[in-house]
Amino acid sequence: MGLLYAVAHLSFRRYSTYRAATLAGIFTNCVFGVIICFTYIAVWEQNPTAGGYDVTDALTYVWLGQAMLMTVAMWSGGATDELAGRIRSGDVALDLHRPVSLLGWYLASDLGRAVYHLLSRGVAPTIVGSLLFDLRYPPDVLTWLVFALSVALAVTVSFGVRMLVSASAFWLLDDTGVKQLAAVCATFFSGLTVPLVLFPGWTREVASLLPWASYLQVPADLWLGKLTGLDVLAALGFQAIWTVILLWACHGALILANRKVVVQGG
Amino acid sequence: MVSVIKVEGVGRDFTVRKKVGRLRRNAFVVTAVTDLSFVVQRGEMVGYIGPNGAGKSTTIKMLTGILVPSTGELTVAGLTPSVERTELARKIGVVFGQRTTLWWDLPLRDSFELLRRIYRVPDPRFRTNMRTFSDLLDLGPLLDTPVRQLSLGQRMRGDIAAALLHDPEVVYLDEPTIGLDVVSKSNLRDFLRETNRERGTTVLLTTHDLDDIEQICSRVMVIDHGRLVYDGGLTGLHQLGGARRTLVVDLVEPAAALELPGAETVRVEGPRQWLSFPADASAAPLIADIAERHEVADLSIREPDIEAVIKQLYTNTSAWSSPPPFVE
Repeated sequence: MGLLYAVAHLSFRRYSTYRAATLAGIFTNCVFGVIICFTYIAVWEQNPTAGGYDVTDALTYVWLGQAMLMTVAMWSGGATDELAGRIRSGDVALDLHRPVSLLGWYLASDLGRAVYHLLSRGVAPTIVGSLLFDLRYPPDVLTWLVFALSVALAVTVSFGVRMLVSASAFWLLDDTGVKQLAAVCATFFSGLTVPLVLFPGWTREVASLLPWASYLQVPADLWLGKLTGLDVLAALGFQAIWTVILLWACHGALILANRKVVVQGG
Repeated sequence: MVSVIKVEGVGRDFTVRKKVGRLRRNAFVVTAVTDLSFVVQRGEMVGYIGPNGAGKSTTIKMLTGILVPSTGELTVAGLTPSVERTELARKIGVVFGQRTTLWWDLPLRDSFELLRRIYRVPDPRFRTNMRTFSDLLDLGPLLDTPVRQLSLGQRMRGDIAAALLHDPEVVYLDEPTIGLDVVSKSNLRDFLRETNRERGTTVLLTTHDLDDIEQICSRVMVIDHGRLVYDGGLTGLHQLGGARRTLVVDLVEPAAALELPGAETVRVEGPRQWLSFPADASAAPLIADIAERHEVADLSIREPDIEAVIKQLYTNTSAWSSPPPFVE
């Protein structure tokens, strides 16, 4: 446990080394936040209760999206990208030499990254957004805690998806194609472009069951107080189930990859 | 003597698929290593050399457990590498000259700190090792520099220290001096000799730089086309493949090319002549013969260049693969 904490801590520090990149990223988040806000304002002028959101909900959702983008590493990035690179270069052989679980190592490393991105790319744009627009905040401490837990689960679900994408490099040698496909799915099904609540009919039902719903829609609904009572537990349970399924799949994929590399030769 | 590495009849095949036609692929079996057998004793420093694609890296991978041998058996420090890889990882150190175990964006110190936790190195041991390595490898001023800012030589010193931090019984060094300048190479070799003497660490070294072997290793194994073609001391290697020594004679007066039994005059330049003779023959009768006929001003003997010997071994390889290989 001490080791994994150290891994997470060092990962946090690694990302914090690149201050200029962080500032540039925050600036980009703010610009896009403002652009999307005006788009949404136009949409909600036409239909003030679209998807059960009012315009304040919609604007808050925009800034939550910007905050979650890097924290969850929706498109890719984070520790898992490193794995794909190490598989391609063969450096993964060195990882296999270490008496440590590969999955635990990368998960710890990605959590360290996520904490850094939450504190920088998450908090900063949200503050800017709250200065520019009228936003909604969790009403009580419990909602804050539930939201925090949901963000943590969003990161682990995203980690699971990204880890599977990266592990595909064990067979494909290059994960670029799979990564792009996964990024498109994430952008669309997380609700980053359009909130899932606006999806028509059955598409909304389906999208809400996919792992990507954990990235943004679930934490946002918790933040906005759209879910109450047992629905809160159901939402967290949904994220937890995807976390377990994906991490289990990653574990299996790494065992297969290990067998392939070790038995068949890399 | 305790043997640390035991390899018995180990072979490794790879299946390679090649495209034939639009969709069909045929599988070919490529043999990387065949019938490899050797034993390394505790504290030995062994050079493992061979041309590119000879099977060196395959052997190292099998010895570390990240490749399973197709045939044969091997044990390292009493463990079967492919089965007990994690346990073995605590007993061995690995340096791949072309790769790094260090974390790119972090200061060197942080990498060592992580490795301390990975290998659970006890605190006092960690401090002693850090002090020793800092002294011998001159790491002190580098500890707070991010690895990405280190030069190749500095990074390699960091990697070597990283591989030895947990006091491994066996260290595999895969081309540790690749790309290093003369001074860095020499420092690194001193360090390896020192470590071997102080701690009795067993070292298996693959390299293309034969100076590494000459200066560090007491024993050489030459592999080619997946077979061990030589295993023995450096001096024995000299006698292989028809290695020849050169006698350089400075005569008082210039003379016609000398014609002596058992030697061949390869070059004449004024009073100086170069005579080539088999490495295992004595130079004494040759010198006596010359002194009988001419007045000699000076003499010197050049030992065969190990590089030339190896070159000959590599090119003569067809001659080596059919008869049983020479094993000392």
